[in-house]
Amino acid sequence: MQRYSLVSLARNAFSNHEDWPRAWRAAEPQAAYDIVIVGGGGHGLATAYYLAREFGEKKVAVLEKGWLGGGNTGRNTTIIRSNYLQDESAALYDHAVQLWRGLSRELNYNVMYSPRGLLHLAHDESELREISRRGHANWLNGIDAEFLTPAEVRQWVPAIRLDGRYPILGALLQRRGGTARHDAVAWGYARAADRLGVDIIENCEVTGIEVADGRVRALQTGRGRIAAGKVGLVAAGHSSVLANMAGFRLPLASTPLQALVSEPVKPVLDVVVMSGKVHVYVSQSDKGELVIGAGSDMHNSYSQRGSYDMIEEIMGPLLELFPSFSRLRMLRQWAGIVDVTPDRSPIIGPSPVAGLYLNCGWGTGGFKATPGSGHVFAATIARDAPHPMAAPFGLDRFTSGALVDEAAAAAVAH
Amino acid sequence: MSQTSRLPQGGRIDRARSLAFTFDGERLSGLGGDTLASALLANGRVLVGRSFKYHRPRGIVGLGAEEPNALVRLGSGAAAEPNARATCVELFDGLAAESQNRWPSLTSDLGAAAGLLAPILPAGFYYKTFMGPGAGAWRVYEWAIRRMAGLGRAPSGADPDRYEQRFAHCDLLVAGAGPAGLAAALAAGRSGARVILADMDREAGGHLLAEGDDLAVDGQPALGWAAAVAAELDGMPNVQRLCRTALAGLYDGNYLTAWEQVTDHLGPGRGGGLPRQRLWRIRARQAVLATGALERPLVFAGNDRPGVMLSGALRGYLHRYAVLAGRRVCLMTNNDSAYRTAIALQRAGASCILADLRSDGTPLAAAARAAGVEVLTGHAVTQAQGGMRVDRVRLRKMSESGGAMIGGLRKEAVDILAMSGGWGPNVALFSQARGRLHYDPALTAFRPAGGPQGLRCAGGADGATSLQAALDGGVAAGLAAAADCGFDAAPLPPLRAEEPDVPADGGAGRVRAVWIVPGEHPVGRGPKQFVDFQNDVTAGDLQLAEREGFSAVEHMKRYTTTGMATDQGKLSGMNALGILAEMRGTSVDAVGHTTFRPPYVPVTFGAMAGRRTGPLFDPLRRTPMQGWHERQGALLETVGQWQRPLCFPQALPDGKREDRAAATRREVLAVRHAAGLLDASTLGKIMVEGPDAATFLNRLYVNRFDSLKPGHCRYGLMLTENGTVLDDGVVARLDARRFHVTTTTGGAAHVLDWMEELLQTEWPDLQAWCTSVTDHWAVATLSGPLSREILAPLTDIDLANAAFPFMTVREGLVCGAPARIFRVSFTGELSFEINLAARYGRALWDCLLAAGSDRGLVPFGTDAMHLLRAEKGFIMVGQESDGTTIPDDLGMAGMVKGDKGDFIGKRSLSRPDMLRGDRKQLVGLLTAEPRTVLREGAQIVAPDAPDPRPGQKVPMLGHVTSSYFSPTLNRSIALALVKGGRARIGEAVKVPVMGGPPVAASIAPPIFHDDKGAAARG
Amino acid sequence: MFLIDCPWCGTRPQSEFAAHGEAQVVRPADPAAASDAEWAAYLFLRDNPKGRLLERWVHRHGCRRWFTVARDTATDRIEAVYPPAGGPAGPPSGPAGGDR
Repeated sequence: MQRYSLVSLARNAFSNHEDWPRAWRAAEPQAAYDIVIVGGGGHGLATAYYLAREFGEKKVAVLEKGWLGGGNTGRNTTIIRSNYLQDESAALYDHAVQLWRGLSRELNYNVMYSPRGLLHLAHDESELREISRRGHANWLNGIDAEFLTPAEVRQWVPAIRLDGRYPILGALLQRRGGTARHDAVAWGYARAADRLGVDIIENCEVTGIEVADGRVRALQTGRGRIAAGKVGLVAAGHSSVLANMAGFRLPLASTPLQALVSEPVKPVLDVVVMSGKVHVYVSQSDKGELVIGAGSDMHNSYSQRGSYDMIEEIMGPLLELFPSFSRLRMLRQWAGIVDVTPDRSPIIGPSPVAGLYLNCGWGTGGFKATPGSGHVFAATIARDAPHPMAAPFGLDRFTSGALVDEAAAAAVAH
Repeated sequence: MSQTSRLPQGGRIDRARSLAFTFDGERLSGLGGDTLASALLANGRVLVGRSFKYHRPRGIVGLGAEEPNALVRLGSGAAAEPNARATCVELFDGLAAESQNRWPSLTSDLGAAAGLLAPILPAGFYYKTFMGPGAGAWRVYEWAIRRMAGLGRAPSGADPDRYEQRFAHCDLLVAGAGPAGLAAALAAGRSGARVILADMDREAGGHLLAEGDDLAVDGQPALGWAAAVAAELDGMPNVQRLCRTALAGLYDGNYLTAWEQVTDHLGPGRGGGLPRQRLWRIRARQAVLATGALERPLVFAGNDRPGVMLSGALRGYLHRYAVLAGRRVCLMTNNDSAYRTAIALQRAGASCILADLRSDGTPLAAAARAAGVEVLTGHAVTQAQGGMRVDRVRLRKMSESGGAMIGGLRKEAVDILAMSGGWGPNVALFSQARGRLHYDPALTAFRPAGGPQGLRCAGGADGATSLQAALDGGVAAGLAAAADCGFDAAPLPPLRAEEPDVPADGGAGRVRAVWIVPGEHPVGRGPKQFVDFQNDVTAGDLQLAEREGFSAVEHMKRYTTTGMATDQGKLSGMNALGILAEMRGTSVDAVGHTTFRPPYVPVTFGAMAGRRTGPLFDPLRRTPMQGWHERQGALLETVGQWQRPLCFPQALPDGKREDRAAATRREVLAVRHAAGLLDASTLGKIMVEGPDAATFLNRLYVNRFDSLKPGHCRYGLMLTENGTVLDDGVVARLDARRFHVTTTTGGAAHVLDWMEELLQTEWPDLQAWCTSVTDHWAVATLSGPLSREILAPLTDIDLANAAFPFMTVREGLVCGAPARIFRVSFTGELSFEINLAARYGRALWDCLLAAGSDRGLVPFGTDAMHLLRAEKGFIMVGQESDGTTIPDDLGMAGMVKGDKGDFIGKRSLSRPDMLRGDRKQLVGLLTAEPRTVLREGAQIVAPDAPDPRPGQKVPMLGHVTSSYFSPTLNRSIALALVKGGRARIGEAVKVPVMGGPPVAASIAPPIFHDDKGAAARG
Repeated sequence: MFLIDCPWCGTRPQSEFAAHGEAQVVRPADPAAASDAEWAAYLFLRDNPKGRLLERWVHRHGCRRWFTVARDTATDRIEAVYPPAGGPAGPPSGPAGGDR
């Protein structure tokens, strides 16, 4: 394994970069593993990495039906933040933010975590109350939060219009909020997990789950049967399909979520801006593209197809906040399949089948949680008991009624 | 003398119309009909920009939307347009363009230092470095990288232009007005089908516009035929032809977006009232995609030098714009099409060398040689050299296998190098619509292989390589589409094409796939061989990606960024796939292709937003009294789509106006001691009627409604099926079958939806109907001890307490108009909620104010209303409750009890989590210091809790939901949700506030004034 | 954006409609008698197949009536539309072409 650094880049320049090894092995599936993770996105790869690194698991595989990071990892708008209202969410997402901070160095892969600051705008009295409640809760949970006046918003975001149809009355700022490079997260975890002996198997679709005596035994895949002591399902939009193979249903709906980027321009937006009432979230990538999240359709769909009406709907709001963006152009739009739970919080923990664990339901906001999700899920699988931060997110909450409702206080886009 | 490269005759340009323009401040001139690119070339300008990563000098490569390099910034200030393709910009007088991504100037760009570092900046280098020292290091590198990256500068202010949108429906949408598209539109148009024909160009003809006058259709020059067809189509009432209109997106069910540049070509301020651009949304029963074919560059050393151009583009500049871009031209090709270019250039006065990568030659070689072109079969340009412009090429003979160079090196001085790597069907739209593609080795390109229903490709987009094939394909597709729409199309007489220099088997003849032209060095070791020009991706980069395991097409694309520039891989896509297949030792079909995403060309956000900006961004709902509020200078707040008065500040004796707090205090005291008038028109109002209306409401609300007597009102609380509070309001029973239901202002639409859903899907057996009457009624709430005597003279309703008691409803006349009055109270005072038809709302308001003026009646706003109700401990749904709150949390468990049967949400209330004793419950909060007003949203902690610190968690007990300074009590009051709060009444708590000292407070009952409710009943 | 055949208004674009998830979810006749698990299943567990789904739609910006659509969620192709009365007579949701 060659360590990545400026020095190694310079050294390889002398050999015309012809000696770089594969970032991860093209592993052939073995007949059996102690733990099999289904889903080679950021969450699944992170899970495998922490299983190997923190819990000493030696025989771990990640099965990916297509190419690593091809699901929502490679299709999201890369926003990172932890300023959630509910204590349970705040703990989980802040765990992730703390891991993000050291992640590039830990993985020896630059995931470009950029804590550039993230603003939630408030446009009316009720939104002011909402950011006050959330900001104070964040503060008491040890999470950074600051309230901005409209004048301060203008300093952070010079291109913004303060006095539109829905004037900006204030904002909540999380300085540690920001973005990261989505593909690099999958590739960095894959490379690091591979180094620890995890088999990463691409083009390996799971077609069946063998359950006997209430316990998971093996997976049927496009590349043969793979026996597994434990299985973690980390398949985002396809979680219900996999659960169906194991004989149970989940409180999930898989719906299309649209996003788009503009043509690249020189820096015009240095922070992430989110608005609930004017429904916009936008940031500018390092490449210069404005990355804009649009709404999610209400209907279930696996077609992963760009549709126009959601994109169109976002344009009025975007230009309402940023009138100078009107002459910029949409370069590309795409869709992901998001798995949404009734309370908009994830499901992490055991399933009705013994040995089969779930990590799904991240909806529109899973990317930011990637390191934390992988870490607590690895602990949950390794110890056969929910990690304390994962415990509130079990399936049982839907029976007891103890939902973790992040949308409760306001329709905050994730 | 400018325009040194313009030929004295020829071209489709208006020589009488000279157009002045500037490029990087230099004054130049072009001619009517020019694009910015053709005008620059006419002036001998080849260098137009800098590349994204290495800041390499770059020139014009193409002729149209495929252009990767010639991106310029047009205009300035708020009307600037970054990243405009010079090849798609029609020249107008006064156009000002500047190059991008360079500093300080195009010819001396400091950013080009990146080129010196290129050896350590291969694909994905940034994943391997910039990780230290320290965890925060990336932010420093990022700051610099962000400034190096990006292309043009964004406009500096709000867009001064207007954008419009149109909807259109048609039987057949034809994309592209080249020969195939014209033929398809003609065939379908004559059948009577409604046809829309859209094309990016300003005139019809497609690739014919780039050809010489030696092409003919049915005996007349091809462009004359195109013009005649266009004229015939323009004369058909069932056909609409859109020019300057790019089909951008093709979505499910033949739903298309088309982007029309209406007045961009006229220049700023010359649109004459027309919008700048127009976005069409078209629903077509059938679509024919005649989007043509795109020529590919060749991948060889130095292929990005300014002056290295596509062969077809060079021919197009010659024929359409009479621009001879170079005098000493070398061409390299793997197919026949470059011969036509070479012959035309030679005839126009250039001297040409043509290096054909194919060793077995072509019948066209003889014609080319006859014209004076030097033809070298089996030869390749191993390297293009030059600084700001190509000035020399190195030529060598290739081995039969193409794997090596043999023979001596020949160096030739040139001023243009043309390349042709073959022509591929332009399948972007087809693939967007999920049409399947397969790789055709004869074309060395992907071509359509079966599309969804109602979608066909024709002409070059379908793989046609001759004019005859394009015409035949267009006619067939047009007829078939018309027939599928039910039109009897009379067969069109066959169109006969004449096309010189084209072998019988098709235009391009045989194509030799040479994905990387062998150079003098192995790939990755010599001068860069570019695959994606704009993003600076080289063949070596692709090789590195493959070596590192990024060999899935999407991984290769993302790791190297090939195909992700503003041209979205129009030129680079196929070459990258070919190279990848070769490296993986597999077929191109096995490699597959990346997904084509909308839009085909970048579309402005302004066009997509249309008129939904500024005042039309979201409708503003106005109550009938709104004008009065505004004239009084009321402070307004946004509530949903409404604006409501917060308060009505009055002029003070010193000429100033009251502030918000003073106005609110005055209004509160007026209501408590005299009377106030509130515009409550925004309240949601729904009529629920029918024989089963009472049963329906019984099942919907927590409360009973079957026992409610006609003429009486009851407070109603509505839950979600999950048991949480959804909405509340007063319900009045007008008679046995009719209920007047009120909702919160924000909840009205959702409650109506929910009612209709339940009636239609859950209880279709119930006979009850719901009608929104929110906008039908204006509502003025007269509240305060004097309200009865103010209202009495204005109405025929007996207002005496016995005749019209608390929580009843009466109908009669108020101010001479039919009214419905509710005796309910949200302020705690004697109140009459007067509903009048909306058109009388303003009259009612004036009438009441006039009648009450001598008794101290004042208008009051939502601030006072909120304060008054908080003094009484009345909740606001959405403020005292959130999506987790159940009735018991609000002290309303009593409503739920009783013998009433099931209702929505009831079962959920008995789940374990709903029965916890430590749920957050509604309480009052009194600060130890009575003048301190708590901050709404602040969290509540134990008195001995530690101060907040980063990374430390302080356990929270709850939060402040409402907080005011009460004029009635002359102290601050607050409502709060506190864990197990009802059992903690009297306990001390602490409220830490960001930016200030913590506030000591104690928990109190959530009612501060008139806890018996006597005033409202009086 | 696909087209939907409203049983009352005819073919209209999807943007006029709103989807509300799986159709034919039966509210327990006597909720008080349902166990917590049964109630949770009614509240939250939904079919979410990649394939044929019977789902509820409402013509929100049209006749405001509810109806049932059988749609393939893998392709978004609509197979049939049913008026709500008495519930659709079609087969239940499940993977397209499957036997569930």
